[in-house]
Order: sequence, then structure tokens, then C-alpha cells
Amino acid sequence: MIGVIQYGIGNIGSVKNALDHLNIPNVVTADQNQLSSCDRLILPGVGAFEPAMNILSDLKFDLFIKDWANDGKPILGICLGMQLLLSSSEEKVVTNGLDLISGHVSQLKKGDRKIHIGWNKVEPLGKNDIITESGFAYFVHSYVCRPQNESHITAQTTYGQSFTSAIQKDNVIGVQFHPEKSQGFGLSILRRFSIGEI
Amino acid sequence: MLAKRIIPCLDVKDGEVVKGVNFVNLTSEGNPVELAEKYSKEGADELVFLDITATLESRNNVIDLVKEVAKKVFIPFTVGGGVRSVKDISELLNAGADKVSINSAALKNPKLLNEASNRFGSQCIVLAVDIKRTGSSWNVFSHGGSRSLDINAIEWIKEAEDCGVGEILLTSMDADGTQAGVDLEITKMISDMVSIPVIASGGIGSLDHFKDAFNIGKADAVLAASVFHRDIIPVQKVKKYLTENDIQVR
Repeated sequence: MIGVIQYGIGNIGSVKNALDHLNIPNVVTADQNQLSSCDRLILPGVGAFEPAMNILSDLKFDLFIKDWANDGKPILGICLGMQLLLSSSEEKVVTNGLDLISGHVSQLKKGDRKIHIGWNKVEPLGKNDIITESGFAYFVHSYVCRPQNESHITAQTTYGQSFTSAIQKDNVIGVQFHPEKSQGFGLSILRRFSIGEI
Repeated sequence: MLAKRIIPCLDVKDGEVVKGVNFVNLTSEGNPVELAEKYSKEGADELVFLDITATLESRNNVIDLVKEVAKKVFIPFTVGGGVRSVKDISELLNAGADKVSINSAALKNPKLLNEASNRFGSQCIVLAVDIKRTGSSWNVFSHGGSRSLDINAIEWIKEAEDCGVGEILLTSMDADGTQAGVDLEITKMISDMVSIPVIASGGIGSLDHFKDAFNIGKADAVLAASVFHRDIIPVQKVKKYLTENDIQVR
């Protein structure tokens, strides 16, 4: 069972629709007891870092997620959900994150447009379980993850500059793009995470 | 490198996809959910749904339609038509839309754009602008192209960008449905001026029109309807042609 953490941020329906389409049993909930009984968790998110982190700590999800990850159980952060896995972000105000992967979130140096929005190429870095081949994924963001340890970077993408588009530290995984909106390329990542290949 | 986007547009009226010429003489083109699924499988980068009846009764049907499409289509999609308030936007996003396009309501009350982009994020607020050339400038029309306003397109788009919209969907009413190519001049002017993506729309009829909209019009995305609905140019063919012409597509 996949648990999708519902904490009032972002379009969670589309993650559920994608999992349903893949016939993967899932539950979308804010109930930590229910989430505890899941095998794997997805932390979605669209929006700004600070309000999201505030909500997570108000609902005591920060401790819950840290305990989950420290127990070695798999978690996948999507978009803002990936950024929240890092130590801190400089979006608007400096805010501490979940610190499951050391590193910071900072603004993407400008490409042609101020938001990186659209389909861009995800290039795998080294051998890894998440991004097994290069492909196009759908991005919507203007901040990026800068992990301290380069070995945690599993994919890169170029927009104005090269940036980290996927990370992994053991059981903690993050993707900057939206797999649930990236048709075949994205759905296969969700499927592999869900059935335990990642 | 960011890929240029190809976006089929589904104008929906009474549960059917329709298409007209210069915004009138509508003919039926098929079922919206079936077409959405077909286009996403063919490699469309995004879909736009416009509820062109936009009456109170049709709103609930649109919400049901959005829910149905969201279950089957795993690419971003934008919904517009008759969006008047933050509540309307919230309903569409909850139903599964990724972005909402606003037109007439923003012209009446530009503050709606501030409110919407602050609340939901710029990335999901698209400003749709319908324009017609008058002499050497372009004027904005509202209510599905039926009302002429004394508003300059460039001024309006500048203001909307300041209000926080995330994208501009620019439709030339002169070109719409004519298959004579997009209005390259205004597309380029807008595209050079703003720092948000510009979707060029209206008049696509040939492969070269796509290429010109990107190369000359400097558009980030091209939206088209008839050529896709009538299988005149399938999505894959557009992608292949653009790749051959060194334009980055997915």
C-alpha cells in the first residue's frame, strides 16, 4: 500500500489518479496511523517552502516523516516534496527543511523565462534506480535542490544552468519534476517506486 | 533544454468538442474525453479545455468533464471559460485541472489575477487574451470574442504580468480558424516583452505555421485545434517536422 501524505498543499488528486491508473493500491490521507501501516510514502507538494514546512510541523508531520525515513522505509518527494527533504531553503525567507538529505534549496538562475515550466530532459547520473534512462518530464518550479554530497544526485536537467532533477540517499528519494504529469516516462517511475524496484 | 510545447485545444460546448471560423459557425468535432486521451497518447505536451458555453448550467458539466479527463490523461491540462472567481478556480483545480485560464473576468476586475496567483501560485494562472488588429495596434475582446473593448493588447498583457499571471494564451481572432498562420508580429512583440511563457494560438494550418510561430513569433508553445481534430496534421507529424528543423520538442 502506498500512502500519499495529504497536508493541504498541492494537487494531490493527480498523484492518486496516476496510482489508480497503474492499479497500485493507495491511500491519500492525513491520518498518521493509516500512513504508518503503508509500505511506502509519497510526499507531494506545489507551492512555497516556508508555508509547506509550517503546515508539516503544525501537523507533526516533520517528526513523523523523519522517523519513517530513519527506520529505513522508502519515501518519494515530488517537486516541493523533494525540496522539503533537504536541510534548508532560501525561498523568500531561510527556512529549515526535514534535513533527510544534506543540502540547500536556492533559486534557479534565470533561463529565458522566470519560471522553469514545461517539458525538459532528465539525464541520469551514473547508475541509479530512479532514472534508468533519459527522457522528458514535466517541470514547474523556480527553486532547485543543491545537495551537499554529489553522490546523492541521480539525475540532472539543463535550464539556463545544469541543476539536480532527482536525488536519492538510500531509502529517501526525490524528483523535481511531476512524474504524475509526465505521461509514460513519469508513470514508469511511479510504478517502479510503488512496486519496490526503487 | 526546455522543449517547445504543442497543445491541442478542445473548445467544449454542451459536452462536445466544437470548432468554428473566426469564433463563429461551430461544427462538432467529437467527444472531449476520447480526444484528450487520443492526443495525450500521440504525444501532445499539454491540453487546453475551453468551456465556450460558459453558462451556469454548463459549469457543473465542465467540472465532471475535468474529473473524467484527469483520470485518463497524465499530461498537464488547462481549463478555461466562464471562470469568474477564486471559488471557480479552486473548484477546477480540485477537480484535477493543473492550470486555469481567465479572460473576461480579469478584464472586468484585474485584481482577480493578483488574488488568484497569490493564492494558487502564478504557475497555474493563465491569462487568455483574444485580440484583433486595428490599424497598427491590437485591441482586446472579451466574452468569447463578442465584445470589443477599448483596451490595447500590449498594455493589458503588461498589466496582467505585473498582477502575477504565469502564462499568456494569445489568440488572434483575425487568424482563428482560418488556417492561414498565427499573427507573428504581435506574438513576437508580446514574447519579447514578457518574462513568462507565451502560447500562440489562432490560425495554425500547416507545418510551417508551427515552425514560424516558434522561430519568428518566439512563442514557447503553440495551441491549435482544427488541424488536430480533423487529422490534417497529427501531433507526431508536427514533432517530427520540428525536430528536423532543429526545434527542440519532446
